[in-house]
Amino acid sequence: MGDVAAILRAYPHIGHWLSIDADGTVRVWSGKVEFGQGIRTAQAQIVAHELALPVARVQVEDVTTTRSPDEGVTSGSRSVEEANEGLRVAAAALRLALLDRASRRCSVPREQLRVADGCVVLPDSNRIPYESLVDEGMLETVINGDEPLADPDRGSLLGSAVPRVDLPAKVFGRPAFVHDLELPGMLHGRVCRPPAPQARLVESATDEVAAMPGVRAVVRDGTFLGVLAEREEQVIRAARRLRRLSRWEPGLALPPSAAFMLQAETSDVVVAEDGTPPADGDISERLAATYSRPYLAHASIGPSCAVALSDGERYRVWTHSQGIYHLRQELAKVLRVEEDHVEVIHREGAGCYGANGADDAALDAVLLARAVPGTPVRLQWMRDDEFAWEPFGTAMFVRISADVGSDGAILRWNHEVWGNGHRNRPGSAGAVGAGERRGGDPAAAVTNLIAGAELADPIRASVAAPPPTPSSGGGRNANPIYAIPSRRVVNHYVAHTPIRVSALRSLGAHANVFAIESFMDEIADHVGADPLDYRLRYLSDQRAREVIKRVRAASGWDTRARDRDGRGLGLGFAQYKNDGAYVAVVADVEIDDDIAVRRVWAACDAGLVVNPDGLANQLEGGIIQAASWTLKEQVTFTPDGITSRDWTSYPILTFSEAPELQVEVISRPHEPPRGIGEAVAGPTAAAISNAIFAASGVRLRDMPLTRDRFIRAA
Amino acid sequence: MTTLLVNGRRVESEADPDTALLYILRNDLGLKGSRFGCGDGMCGACTVLVDGKPATSCNLPISAVAGRPITTIEGLGDEERPHPMQRAILDLQAAQCGYCLTGVVMTGAALLDGQHAPSRSEIRAALDGVLCRCGAHDRMVRAVERAADIARAST
Repeated sequence: MGDVAAILRAYPHIGHWLSIDADGTVRVWSGKVEFGQGIRTAQAQIVAHELALPVARVQVEDVTTTRSPDEGVTSGSRSVEEANEGLRVAAAALRLALLDRASRRCSVPREQLRVADGCVVLPDSNRIPYESLVDEGMLETVINGDEPLADPDRGSLLGSAVPRVDLPAKVFGRPAFVHDLELPGMLHGRVCRPPAPQARLVESATDEVAAMPGVRAVVRDGTFLGVLAEREEQVIRAARRLRRLSRWEPGLALPPSAAFMLQAETSDVVVAEDGTPPADGDISERLAATYSRPYLAHASIGPSCAVALSDGERYRVWTHSQGIYHLRQELAKVLRVEEDHVEVIHREGAGCYGANGADDAALDAVLLARAVPGTPVRLQWMRDDEFAWEPFGTAMFVRISADVGSDGAILRWNHEVWGNGHRNRPGSAGAVGAGERRGGDPAAAVTNLIAGAELADPIRASVAAPPPTPSSGGGRNANPIYAIPSRRVVNHYVAHTPIRVSALRSLGAHANVFAIESFMDEIADHVGADPLDYRLRYLSDQRAREVIKRVRAASGWDTRARDRDGRGLGLGFAQYKNDGAYVAVVADVEIDDDIAVRRVWAACDAGLVVNPDGLANQLEGGIIQAASWTLKEQVTFTPDGITSRDWTSYPILTFSEAPELQVEVISRPHEPPRGIGEAVAGPTAAAISNAIFAASGVRLRDMPLTRDRFIRAA
Repeated sequence: MTTLLVNGRRVESEADPDTALLYILRNDLGLKGSRFGCGDGMCGACTVLVDGKPATSCNLPISAVAGRPITTIEGLGDEERPHPMQRAILDLQAAQCGYCLTGVVMTGAALLDGQHAPSRSEIRAALDGVLCRCGAHDRMVRAVERAADIARAST
């Protein structure tokens, strides 16, 4: 909770977080943004709980650099863990301040007062509404950080399935996304990117395109090329023509495959090393296997979009970035203006699942708006822009070996993981060197935004940074949670990054858990043990054992078919980041003409649950998305560029292919809340792979686990 | 000049007849509920009903729908009188980011128009024209079943 203390130091006043309108509406300013995970609803619930209010009286405001606390990036399933805890303390402080004020005003000891339904209640049952107690001075009260929180068991709000506050607008088709923002006189913009990364624009028919119907400007600055028109269909046509009439000098060739990583120069970090390797005489055999996953796309359904306005000196941009303050720094750096000349306002986008093109599109919009001072610009990426230019989740390789004793026990575990970095957002330390964030040496500057490196006066493109701590990035969940007496876990960070990558939901945990949990199954099979019981041998943590126990019961594990006759159950388990939510997953796979995941059971323990239905929804979504990654997805490329540029070349799981789900959420109101969105990815991937093995005896170790690979391996 | 019948309203469009319906809806009529996803009719985020049948408006030229009744999600129902699909989505909280919801709601509505008790596999097959990235599939399929229940109960 160190981050909570830090954020409360930076934003110490109640009024930094909360205010109360004359009509009793409580307004919430948080730095954490909504992207479909339901955070606005959770925040409204937390504030409503602390202040004893109906959720409908709480209004969560848009996140903006002019008003909201700078809470960095909304990511890593941490929004509930950290931000909401800060907000919760602020709300608790406001409750205390309201009680104090009522106590003084009515000369009644505070202990005799309580709060209910937006009022302070006096011993004689008279009520004073909050709005008649609050004033500016109260909002300047400094939050101590140790204000007592409302009892999590009190009332039913915290821990109840409050409906999502953002959903009605979406269900009835009202404007809900940044894509839907419309400003008077707004022009439509598109960008024309090269066929391949790092290609350089040599010539373009800017005059010819500028003369097309409705076109207001063709914007060229170095290799950055875009067009503005009055109507959207006009700008789409103009951008297509502009691309056809442009010529680029090829950049660096892409590698033939991701396997270059295994030969690349690496910087190695020991994630874990303990115990002494067993004596040779104790080792009955050594098992080893290598697992991999390809580059994965975030593949948001709505391509990135931003709306920008500039008067030539100052800039305002509406964006679905996950980190508006970091984006502001990055924009200021590229535009070479002071940060206070840039205002960034968050509006929702389509689900992003990590760093997609949101930040890049924000810069694109600003560069186009700079060319037409005073006129707002809506920049929308086309589908192939998103597929070709979003930063992918890095490909990864995991090699595990284990020494096994004669009794079938694991004596020693070696885990090595290779991959590019996972952090290349604006504000990622290392990608943006700490020294240059404010001032510093501009010569050393790099930018994470595509267009920043395309300009005639460019800033060097960044590559994804090495992990800041051994167990983060590619090291996330690399260390098996099991009580194995001796281990060595190494993360080989590959700096050479020919294909642009950044954060994808769960970072390294997807591939690491896939590998660990597949390998646990392989060892169990080898020594003739039940894979579930075999895991329990190495788990003493009761919360870990409990989720496995639940999923064992729900899935009918003990009575499952074991004849490898085309149908089988597989298990995957992990504690996210080794200190977060516990998740156990069982997949039911049928192999017929294709590999089909029919059903998935999951049990999770995420500590205090703010909204059980919201959490179940996150868990379900995580399962289906991970099933999609694991079964179907891979970014494809040739030396000339990315070739997976549409939904045919980058297929994702369809409705007919999606499994039926049964999830169970264990609530522990007195344990700290833990994010769940990412925690289920690794266990799901492994459960599917293990179920394929259970159904067929075929072990697939390279994702995606496709029919073709199955046939080759069978 | 192209005549369009959108949500029971007659509108004349001066846009090029090749223009995709989506841009007329969003930019000229202010109907932002149909979302741009791919421009190729592959993801379903822009789904509308033409003659009661689902159609992707992102690759549908207005010349092809001149004079034919078009229903967008805004015309399907509102908070006071929600369509059973909209009710069911809210009841089951069957969404995450909601960007694909228009496709799910419109496709589900068209399915229920022709069939009062579709099977789970018929629902899945109908929704295969819609891509959901957040993974709300299971809830959405159940929402179509619930919408069928709501529709039956109200007739």
